Amino acid sequence: MEVAFLIEKTVLVLVLFTLTLSIAAYSTWLERKVAAWLQDRVGPNRAGIFGLLQPLADGGKMFFKEEIIPSGANKWLFIAGPSLALLVSFLGSAVLPFGQNIELFGRSIPLQVTDINVGILYIFGVVSLGVYGIMIGGWASNNKYSLMGAIRGASQNISYEIAMGLSIIALLLVTNSLSFKVIAEQQHGWHWNILVQPLGFLIFLICSFAETNRVPFDLPECETELIGGYQTEYSGFKMGAYMFSEYINMFVSSAVMAVLYFGGYNYPGMDTVNELLGPTWGPLIGVVVMFAKIIAFIFFFMWVRWTVPRFRYDQLMDLGWKVLIPLAIANIVITAIVITIVDKL
Amino acid sequence: MSLFYFVSFLSILFSLLVIFTKNPVYSVLALIATFFTFTIQYILLNAQFLAVVNFIVYMGAIMVLFLFVLMLMNLNKESEPMKSNLIKVVGVIAGGTLLVTLVGATKMLQTSEVSALPNSDIGLVENLGKVLFNEFLLPFELSSILLLTALVGAVLLAKKDKRTQNG
Repeated sequence: MEVAFLIEKTVLVLVLFTLTLSIAAYSTWLERKVAAWLQDRVGPNRAGIFGLLQPLADGGKMFFKEEIIPSGANKWLFIAGPSLALLVSFLGSAVLPFGQNIELFGRSIPLQVTDINVGILYIFGVVSLGVYGIMIGGWASNNKYSLMGAIRGASQNISYEIAMGLSIIALLLVTNSLSFKVIAEQQHGWHWNILVQPLGFLIFLICSFAETNRVPFDLPECETELIGGYQTEYSGFKMGAYMFSEYINMFVSSAVMAVLYFGGYNYPGMDTVNELLGPTWGPLIGVVVMFAKIIAFIFFFMWVRWTVPRFRYDQLMDLGWKVLIPLAIANIVITAIVITIVDKL
Repeated sequence: MSLFYFVSFLSILFSLLVIFTKNPVYSVLALIATFFTFTIQYILLNAQFLAVVNFIVYMGAIMVLFLFVLMLMNLNKESEPMKSNLIKVVGVIAGGTLLVTLVGATKMLQTSEVSALPNSDIGLVENLGKVLFNEFLLPFELSSILLLTALVGAVLLAKKDKRTQNG
């Protein structure tokens, strides 16, 4: 029993790790393809069919490039920055449910590494740690542009964390639980949380753009003002680690949005499908649905990147503090009032 | 139990590093590591909510601000003011006296039996919330008002005074 449990979790972790890495790698390919599509170009098409081997070629290039550590830089922290960014970005997927319990070899296996009962807060903590990679890397580079980028990253993350937390509180009023498993199961069929929390979802979506440092909120690396922001001095694989952590963050936050607001692995008519296909293949369809939602969100991230121009820094702060936070508070109050009225009826 | 001692050792090690490193940025990083070991201790006590809130608030927010300020001030080893020898000697004597007092005080301490909590699940979110909002509602609300006051006070202090600026 114990051994089977250990094997099951180890396999799950390994599969999730590989999947995260490959999705992040192919996000770079997808990003270039989407950009090309939106700008009426062809995009990468030389490495393999449809340019599918492009991520491998890019990875090889990153590995074999010369690693430069600037002479004025703090050597240890300069290496620690990207390592920390990459490490922290992987942590989030540990609490996410990717499907219903699946029956394999006569055992019912949950498709979730661990179901802690403070799952949402855990994700929140991991997200708030993400900024250390940027700050340490930017400071250690000993370059004023890097430092500016690091400082922008820190203040941006802290500002948008507040609105994000407030939008989650409204969701918690509806779900009454902090566990991702419970929240996913409540949205069985078509009872997705987006139907009851549309404003909360909008705020959460905007904040997750800011937390992953994606356009239109990529002020920490803003190349028109800061050369490359916190990654100005980075080259080779350390630069690649920063880029990779951004794509992994995108994957994790897409998965979080899919589970919290878009029903995760639930889809209308899932009961019929489960009856027809049995307890092994039925949940597998749910996993496919979950990943379809995640990829749809990743596509949305890219769509926005090639459509919306970057904010100015004061606009970013105004949006965070003067628009999103009051909206999120109003959302909490409205949700609380509606829940009280519905309970009384 | 051995895990507890290991984590405690790490806590003490990192707290000492906070004091002994010359570079202030290293100090803050060691302080972050110290808070992380506290989080592990809370998890060992089955206080999940406290653990994760410690993680978010101290490691995720407060220490980011510490680091932020230190990076802006750009403190270097060279620019740090050197203390005179007299102050160093006084400091050593005062610290030694405190150490003697503490050692003497611990000798007087009587160790009691480990008291088990009546409900070991008290640290889970649901139970903690029920206790806070039923039995300890007044202290809870009072402390939140205190925090709110501090918040408003900070904003008021940071705000520019229009009268003095206009002359």
